[in-house]
Amino acid sequence: MSPREPRSHRFRFTKPRVGVFVCHCGHNIAGVVDVKRVVEELSRHPGVVYATDYEYMCSDPGQELLKRAVQDHRLNAVVVAACSPSMHEATFRRAAEEADLNPYLVECANIREHCSWVHDPGEEATSKAIRITKAVVEKAKGNLPLEPVEIPHGERCLVVGGGIAGIQAALDVAEAGYEVILVEKSPTIGGHMAQLSETFPTLDCSQCILTPKMVEVERHPKIRLLVNSEVEEISGFIGNYRVRIRRRPSYVDPDLCNLCGECEVVCPVRVPNEFDRGLSERGAIYIPFPQAVPSTYTLDEATCLGVRPLICGKCAEVCEPGAIDFDMQEEIIEEEVGAIVLATGYELYETAALPEYSPDDPDVLDPLQFERLLSATGPTRGEIRRPSDGKVPRSVVFIQCAGSRDPELHKPYCSAICCMYTAKHALLYKHAVPDGRAIVFYIDIRAPGKGYEEFVHRVMEEDRVLYIRGKVAKVFREGEKLIVWGVDTLSGRRVEVEADLVVLAMAVVPPAGMEKLARILRLSCLDENGFLKEAHPKLRPLETLAGGIFIAGAAQGPKDIPAAVTQGSGAAAKAIALLSAPVLTHSPEVAEVDGELCSGCKVCAPLCPYGAIEVGETAQVNELLCEGCGTCVAACPSGALSLRNLDDAQVEAMVEAALGELEHAEEAVEVRGG
Amino acid sequence: MASDNGFEPKIVAFLCRWCSYAGADLAGTSRLKYPPNIIPIRVPCSGRVDPAWVLDAFARGADGVFIGGCHPGDCHYVAGNYKARRRVVLLKKLLPQLGIEPERLRLEWISATEGQRFAQVVTEFVAQLRALGPIGTEGAARHVG
Repeated sequence: MSPREPRSHRFRFTKPRVGVFVCHCGHNIAGVVDVKRVVEELSRHPGVVYATDYEYMCSDPGQELLKRAVQDHRLNAVVVAACSPSMHEATFRRAAEEADLNPYLVECANIREHCSWVHDPGEEATSKAIRITKAVVEKAKGNLPLEPVEIPHGERCLVVGGGIAGIQAALDVAEAGYEVILVEKSPTIGGHMAQLSETFPTLDCSQCILTPKMVEVERHPKIRLLVNSEVEEISGFIGNYRVRIRRRPSYVDPDLCNLCGECEVVCPVRVPNEFDRGLSERGAIYIPFPQAVPSTYTLDEATCLGVRPLICGKCAEVCEPGAIDFDMQEEIIEEEVGAIVLATGYELYETAALPEYSPDDPDVLDPLQFERLLSATGPTRGEIRRPSDGKVPRSVVFIQCAGSRDPELHKPYCSAICCMYTAKHALLYKHAVPDGRAIVFYIDIRAPGKGYEEFVHRVMEEDRVLYIRGKVAKVFREGEKLIVWGVDTLSGRRVEVEADLVVLAMAVVPPAGMEKLARILRLSCLDENGFLKEAHPKLRPLETLAGGIFIAGAAQGPKDIPAAVTQGSGAAAKAIALLSAPVLTHSPEVAEVDGELCSGCKVCAPLCPYGAIEVGETAQVNELLCEGCGTCVAACPSGALSLRNLDDAQVEAMVEAALGELEHAEEAVEVRGG
Repeated sequence: MASDNGFEPKIVAFLCRWCSYAGADLAGTSRLKYPPNIIPIRVPCSGRVDPAWVLDAFARGADGVFIGGCHPGDCHYVAGNYKARRRVVLLKKLLPQLGIEPERLRLEWISATEGQRFAQVVTEFVAQLRALGPIGTEGAARHVG
């Protein structure tokens, strides 16, 4: 296999003039490796015009030595044989830049971590150091001078989803002075948090702490709020996204609506109210809840008798301010934004998925339904009454992990919030019905947040809620009562309990439409459970793989309010950092295509996790999206793709240098001996 | 350190910069000893390793080729390591047809915290190659045909 001429080889016309600097690192290198011999060997290596050694290359005099040599010897590449590039590559590149040498022409040969620190002093360590350095010299010879790619960017931020995470992100970005477009698909912002009664572990009233933030969003001069709206299309790339938003008409002018409510009174339609999760009814024209933002009634076209053509129109007849406008049209709004925060939230796993728990029974509730029963604005004004007959339940059974932690049949993951809200539910029930009985079936109690464990203990001990460790096999009705069959795994006994009400702590699942979102983003951005996937689970939890698109809240996975708020602020900080940068820069060490060689076979495009390759006649790499992993390059059957500054010819030359005989070994030994 | 016949294998190691190269750095920082037979070449991702490089290294006389990547699920570039794994599986089928023992090619997942594991895996690999002997000698014949 003969090394072929690297396409990008800049020494086709000019001769390489490489300088090699071998660092002693005190005794760290020089105590093991014969640095003088490394210098001697390298000075004879083709292309090397200058080689020297120095005690500490990273010191100021060491850097001065490098800069002087670059100029005195007209070096066009530099190799510093020293510590790992993760230590001082940036240092030496900066020094070279000060001497007018392009920083991408500077490489580090790691002869400390990979050599002197792991081998015994002597010939073997020295010859390994020589091989490592020669290989890196070969790479440096093939390097091209590069400039970071500069990208101008927009200064607005799109936030998708108006729950607490999206609200927090929108407010933080707006407070930093950037315009925000907040898109919410329902008629009001607030998300699930608006449905909650009180919040664990402090028992703050959820609406009391949320609604001021909702109002702040509405009033903020930098925030444009679009409710009844959904993102239809996103195109572009980091800093330069074009978004298409579809806004459904609400048929009510929010500026004119005075919330008198007459319209809903005369509306002949009655459908289950989504906000109360079906525990109350609403008209086709309605307001989701009294503190909704924007503060206006809204006409739901899907349940109205008919707008086009108008069938009923009674609401408009009674509307004194004349806020109802049946001619309102659907709008397509196109905007350009620099950054996007996805805060699309969560939904609950359908209770219908658990037929063994009698999900159709009116007294078997999901946790948000129970929140509505507890809420002062709920269908019972905060009195706990069972839906079937309106009686106060004397016994309530709470079933945790309903659909969670069940890899065989349902969701494999832990839904993270159920242990805590179930404890809260049981506590609030006991406070409302002190002589009632609350039983919680659980697998494990997971309460890792601040004050969480203490809260669960309080519920168990002070509020005397009975916790039974085990799963429930069946829930069924017998006359007035629900019968719960379970097992107590601590005593190994079967348990049968009578209950007036059963609450199923349903798994948290991604909202409908996530797959559509993934399609819109043209990105494999969902994890195996359908939640948004972060760019790195530990180090980049707020980013997607698409630069400039960030994640906040339960869209990424089940999350409680503090975590959602934290992520909202975190995603906002990421967006602000992007929007406030004078210009975005991107590493130029990315893949490129030789159009002459590319056959347009499309092998590369599906391999790219960033969607950076588009194939028409030939493949095109978007250098702003490419992260430079080189996976496509390794797969290209035509050799048309290459990775800048790590092309195949460079690697072949490195391999040759790494394996080559050291020609002057014997001679050098003699020199040393003498 | 040398084997009975004095044979010392030459190994080229392609190490991904985020995990296994950093793991090798940690072996150094921890002053763990391993045999000096391995020459590391830093690559952005194990997915960058072109199967042709591996064949080229053997053709140039490498007795072993080592590829180090991030653990499954930890790839800095999402899934480059899975692509490396696929390619290595295919290469291992191809190598015997060229008279090269497939054991001469080794793919390992080594994280940035696994300095100990890096040293151990390299030590093992060197011992294995010493036993196998130089490339292109008797062993190769077994696999041909």
